[in-house]
Amino acid sequence: MALMKLTPINLTPINRERWNRFKANKRGYFSLYLFGILFVITLFSELIANDKPLLIYYDSQVYCPLITEYAETQFGGEFEAPADYTDAYIIDKINENGWMINPIIPFSYNTINYKLDSPAPSAPSRTNWLGTDDRGRDVVARLLYGFRISVLFGLTLTFFASAIGIVAGAVQGYYGGLVDILGQRFIEIWSSLPTLFLLIILSSVVQPNFWWLLGITLLFGWMSLVGVVRAEFLRGRNFEYVTAAKALGLSNVKIIFRHILPNAMIASITFMPFILGGSITTLTSLDFLGFGLPVGSPSLGELLAQGKANIQAPWLGLSTFAVLSIMLSLLVFIGEGVRDALDPRKNY
Amino acid sequence: MTSPVLKIKNLSISFKMGKQITPVVHKVNLELIKGETLALVGESGSGKTITAMSILRLLPDSAVYPCGTIEFEGKDTLTVSQKDLRQIRGNNIGVIFQQPMTSLNPLHRIGKQLKESIFLHQPETTSQKADETALFWLKKVGLKNPEKRVNAFPHELSGGERQRVMIAMALINKPDILIADEPTTALDVTVQAQILELIKDLQNEMGMAILFITHDLGIVKKIADQVAVMKDGHIVETDRPHKIFTSPSHAYTRHLINSEPKGQPDPVDAGNEILIRIEHLKVWFPIQKGILRRTVDHVKAVNDISLSIKKGHTLGIVGESGSGKSTAGFALLQLNKSQGTILFGENSLNDLDSSRIRPLRKRMQIIFQDPFGSLNPRMSVAQIIGEGLDIHTPGLTLKEKQARIISVMEKVGLDPASRSRYPNEFSGGQHQRIAIARALILKPEFIVLDEPTSSLDRSVQFQVLELLKALQKEFGLTYIFISHDLKVVRSICHDIVVMKDGIIVEAGNSDRIFSHPEHEYTRKLMNTAFN
Repeated sequence: MALMKLTPINLTPINRERWNRFKANKRGYFSLYLFGILFVITLFSELIANDKPLLIYYDSQVYCPLITEYAETQFGGEFEAPADYTDAYIIDKINENGWMINPIIPFSYNTINYKLDSPAPSAPSRTNWLGTDDRGRDVVARLLYGFRISVLFGLTLTFFASAIGIVAGAVQGYYGGLVDILGQRFIEIWSSLPTLFLLIILSSVVQPNFWWLLGITLLFGWMSLVGVVRAEFLRGRNFEYVTAAKALGLSNVKIIFRHILPNAMIASITFMPFILGGSITTLTSLDFLGFGLPVGSPSLGELLAQGKANIQAPWLGLSTFAVLSIMLSLLVFIGEGVRDALDPRKNY
Repeated sequence: MTSPVLKIKNLSISFKMGKQITPVVHKVNLELIKGETLALVGESGSGKTITAMSILRLLPDSAVYPCGTIEFEGKDTLTVSQKDLRQIRGNNIGVIFQQPMTSLNPLHRIGKQLKESIFLHQPETTSQKADETALFWLKKVGLKNPEKRVNAFPHELSGGERQRVMIAMALINKPDILIADEPTTALDVTVQAQILELIKDLQNEMGMAILFITHDLGIVKKIADQVAVMKDGHIVETDRPHKIFTSPSHAYTRHLINSEPKGQPDPVDAGNEILIRIEHLKVWFPIQKGILRRTVDHVKAVNDISLSIKKGHTLGIVGESGSGKSTAGFALLQLNKSQGTILFGENSLNDLDSSRIRPLRKRMQIIFQDPFGSLNPRMSVAQIIGEGLDIHTPGLTLKEKQARIISVMEKVGLDPASRSRYPNEFSGGQHQRIAIARALILKPEFIVLDEPTSSLDRSVQFQVLELLKALQKEFGLTYIFISHDLKVVRSICHDIVVMKDGIIVEAGNSDRIFSHPEHEYTRKLMNTAFN
């Protein structure tokens, strides 16, 4: 029943046909559905895994620690410092005069569990479902946040890389001639630069954060769509309806966007799930090597590195491996489904 | 009377798409007789090609045959094994297709392709013998310099030469039956005549039966011994050609015969001022060679032509493919680069840059040969027609715009209620009407018509020509009508220029050219077109 609700409305007949063909591909459709659910769940990671309660009722007043920061004194504590809701003293104080709702997992990605029975990394237990990492942080929480940051990074990178790639390919293919030759030679040189070394050098100069990493990977990753889009434009600029549009007096920009780009979009959209998968892998491998997100960020690559360093704690490596492989497999399945649905040879 | 070599009995063909089954051919009966030509006539979409392709089971797997048999040498080709079928294909039944370029493999020399079909059906042949046979056939189909050309690639040959090679390939194993699917449609008229003559000669010599598929009744008259008229998947009439042409029994046959373009252009005032004047127009495409891409020579597509058109007149530009007639029309509208003077009213178009030309585009429009190709399949009809309004009269409200679209659709004979539909839901003639509406909505003074009727069926051609004439009368439009079809040209053009290899060989008033052609080339064109 719920699956039915996903059907987008206001589609042209040909797109509805494609959507139906995508839905007919059970594996791809199920993957999209599952990926969507996982992504939406992780978007609300703060509500699922957090060291702050979702809601506090204290002295007939409602508090929401997720949004505002309260001092200990608010709940009858002694210091002006921010309340630590994992502290038994504060928990008792609140429970005396009200109640609080805790998230399902009472740890955030950077919460260190000081009450471990064994030295970190500790094995899976009732409190830490998949154990803790080598600093005593909950693995489930880190996986949740890590999944989110990976997908968000992948989506942003895919969006910008596709936008730049499509524009570059469109300009080269549409104008052809010198623009095309210079563009192609530039891309050949640019794509042969050793990205990894540049990243290592850059990360020694600046402390990379999310946006730095995004910028640097984008700088060397926008070329993937140029080829297909350029080819479509080389073909498309000779269509008779493009000449007709020129004869009507349309400007080049309008011709590119209205008349030729829709032809190139099929090839581009087909590529996008694979670009998304590639972007996530890039981030993970950078994190794994230690040139990625800043220390302490929830990252799948960093967890993998911990797994490698702590062979005696297999829950680290195994659980991260499971999350990564499920995520990438889902993306590949979605990509296959999209590719088959948009295949023009299946139109008849 | 000899017995038929091929009998199609009660044949129906349907196409399966998912669970939906669309019938396209209904209970067709045909007989091919040795040494005779059966012409299968009909408009596009009538199912004639599908019927012919089913003989060798060349249709895609989605085709199903609900009933009927195709009898050849006591076997039913619809049910024989793949192995037997391969024996029949090429050996007993040869096929020539419409597009000579795409039916030859561009990566192999033509001699090799000919030899391949020899080895396929006569595996014991020695290579030397095959070489001889290939050469013999290239001579037989009248290819010039066959000793040299045997090693040529398909792109090195002209359209007519390629079709000759295709014929050699189809006949090299001396088949009993030749299926010719519109073999001359893609060729120029003079070449058409040569190819038809060749097919006829070869038939007399070898005595094969020919199934000739065409939409052109002029060709039928020349070569057919028997005519079958097809409409919407039904054979509506089968008879000897003289009977078909003198006393057709079915209404549709009469309709086909009567739709030959005729009539005269509407009289115009010869004293009108000149709207367009072209002087010494040249369009040269550079040929570049080497790494440095030096320009070594030019393809002189249009080489120094001068002409002028009076307001309200129609100028026909006539010539075979490659004569530069379309290139000249495109250059006139600044759709490709040219040298020379192009005066449109007061404006010298070659001296203006693209931003200064844009406002002028409203006054000069173009209609293309392929009506479907010139419409963006992703836009609705209203979007296509209204696109020019956004640029040239940007101040319109949505309501005014809709009103203009509706009124122009009525003008060209389209139902305005269909404006939110997409081009693929319309027929060929309607596509051309949409294209005309798109040009007309800007209220242009001048329209270049680049072969506007050549991809349409005869009966639809007639309607489009009538529409163009009516619009010319109502709005005082000036046309340049580019065409290779002299019958069409005669019915609409006031003045004519004849182009050959980029130059004008003859120009003048249409009556004068059709009654007293002066240049030898013009006479040759007239002969092939009107017999």
